[in-house]
Formats: sequence, C-alpha cells, structure tokens
Amino acid sequence: MINITKSATAGTADKNDIAITLEPAETGIEIELESPVYLQFGDAIIKTIEDVIREQEVTGVKIRAIDQGALDYTIRARMLTALSRAGVAVKGVKTL
Amino acid sequence: MKLRRSMLFIPGNNPGMLQNGGVYGADSIVLDLEDAVSPNQKDAARFLVGEALRTIDFGISEKVVRINSLDTYGAEDIAYIVPCRPDVLLLPKVGCAADVQAVAELVQQVEGPNQDVKLIAILETPRGIVESYTIAKAHEKLVALVLGAEDYTASLGAKRTREGREIDAARAIVVNSAASVGLQSIDTPFTDVNDEEGLRKDTEFAKNLGFKGKLSINPRQLATIHDVFNPNLEEISWAQQVVAAIKKAEADGSGVASLNGKMVDLPIVNRAKATLYLAARLGLVKEELE
Repeated sequence: MINITKSATAGTADKNDIAITLEPAETGIEIELESPVYLQFGDAIIKTIEDVIREQEVTGVKIRAIDQGALDYTIRARMLTALSRAGVAVKGVKTL
Repeated sequence: MKLRRSMLFIPGNNPGMLQNGGVYGADSIVLDLEDAVSPNQKDAARFLVGEALRTIDFGISEKVVRINSLDTYGAEDIAYIVPCRPDVLLLPKVGCAADVQAVAELVQQVEGPNQDVKLIAILETPRGIVESYTIAKAHEKLVALVLGAEDYTASLGAKRTREGREIDAARAIVVNSAASVGLQSIDTPFTDVNDEEGLRKDTEFAKNLGFKGKLSINPRQLATIHDVFNPNLEEISWAQQVVAAIKKAEADGSGVASLNGKMVDLPIVNRAKATLYLAARLGLVKEELE
C-alpha cells in the first residue's frame, strides 16, 4: 500500500515523449490522458500506466499524462521517473 | 573478436533517438548517461535507457551504455542498468587501474547468472594516458581502450585542430597499451559533422596507427568510418597472396616464404590473416579463417 505524498513531474513535451504529472491522492488511481493518438492508442497507453502503478504497488495517486506519441518503453520510463521523484522507492528491475 | 569499427553515441534522455538507434547499422551504439544528460535529468535518462535496453531491438548493434563516473552517479547507473542486460559499459574519465576494478566489482555484484558485461575504458585525462598500460591489464572484463581527445586536450591546455597533431602522442600510447595486452583501441570522435573529407583523413590516420574503430557523434559519419576500416580490394588481394605464399612454403617444406621478393614472416602473416578475418566477417571474401 503506497500513497503518493508529494507532487512530481517527468518527461517533456517533445515528440515521442510523454509528460507525466503525479499528485497525491488519499486512495484510488485516477488517470487523465491527452494524446494525439488517443482514439487509436488511448486504452493501450492507460494500460501501460496502470501496469507500472500496479508493479510498484501504488494504491493512491492522481496522474495527468500529456502524450506526444511515446512508445511503451518511454511511458514506462517516465512513470518510473515520476514515481521515484514523488518519493516512491522504485523496485529494481528483475534480471532478464 | 567483436567488430567495433564504429561506436555511435545516442543521448540517453531522448526517446525518439533511442528508439531509432538500431537502424543506422553502427557496430556499437552507445546509450549515453554521461555528458549528453544534464544533472537534473540523470534519473530520467537511467530509467529510459533501462527500459530501452529491455524492449527495443537494436539490430546488429552491440548495446553499450556510457555510465557516469563513480564519483558522481556511476554506482546508481550500474545497479539499475546491468540487470537490463547491456553488452558493455563504457567508463568515462578512467585515470588508473583501480577505477576499472571498482566498476568491475560493482558490476559483478549485480550480474545475473550467465551474464558477463564487458567494460571499455575512456582515457581522457593526462593521467589516464600515462596509466594506459596498467589500465589495459586492470581486469578481464576490459575489452578495449578509447581515446577521448576533447577532455584530454582541454586538460593539457592544447588547442584542438583539424589535423590533430596535438594528440599524436596520446593516440600512439593508447594503441600501443591496448595492443600490448590484446585489447582493441578505439579513436576519439571527429567532431565537425559537416567536414566529411576531414573525417575521412582523420579516420584513415587512426586506422594506420592501429586503431580498430572510431567513436561517432552523428549517424552521417558511419558510412565514411566503415568505408575506411573495411579492408579494400588491394589490401584483401595482398593478404590472400601472403597466405597463399606461406601455404606454398609449408607445402614445399620450407620455413621461409617470400612475396614479390620480400620475406614473409610471422607478423606479416598475422596482419594478412587479420585482414582476411575482417573481410570474411564483412562478407567481402568467402573463406573463413581460424
């Protein structure tokens, strides 16, 4: 059970990137997404964000994501960066 | 031995450039966590490069990560990046053998089963050049030495020029130290990406000194660098004649071979075999050499 206690940002407004803002939330996950490819890939982007939240066992956070066509690896990396900056001790990756 | 004619730098915090890293055909791509990343984005670049290593297909290119030095963010880089399975870590500002050994120890602490991450040391300080031989034999994980001329000449107070005479001594020392223990040596990048003729001359000079490859800061430089390091027809033809001459001498029961009136001795045979090995690796000749 990890709740975000401070705000944090990661990513940029550059092409192929995604800007993530995290805000504290008592409980529950709230995701707001803007993307030029929302119709085609909105669900997939949100699922990737949710996967990272679940892997890191975060249970309370409000997420605002402004996408510029980021691939999965970038979405994951920016989420991990934002969580780390918000004070979450990000779990290391398992050896492949 | 791994082909490292070209090692192309890609900034570690740039998603668009990272995801295209494999399309250029560089022998190695260097995902850069050091100079290409500002201090307040080191964490972001580390996560991005880690995720890139885990998911992006970099094609034929060897996956190299330039980490930060251990006196800054290096230990955090190693702990996060090694489990993402890079092939090689490129170590900046190596000044002595202990610098390599300290990194190797940290790497071995986090390596998984059947994982053997290699190391390449950048020598870019006057001390690094002086210590190059002890650095070269510092650890079995080390596979190459790289000359980093920009920081080196800045330390000397020498002006960098197109001709590069100011780094003649450093180049010769790095090539010799690497060769003395069977490592590869990789040359400093040519930094004017608009000067193709200068790049070609600089690369030819490096090859003639004995360098096996060159760092690159722009994909546009790769074709020229590969062209220079690939053996040309004349070199391949010479090498084939040398090998044929030595085989004939062996068949004749003679210990001495000659080609066009010149004695063919062991160093010449070895150089010819190295040329044919590279040519075979590149598909320029059919025969495979041991």
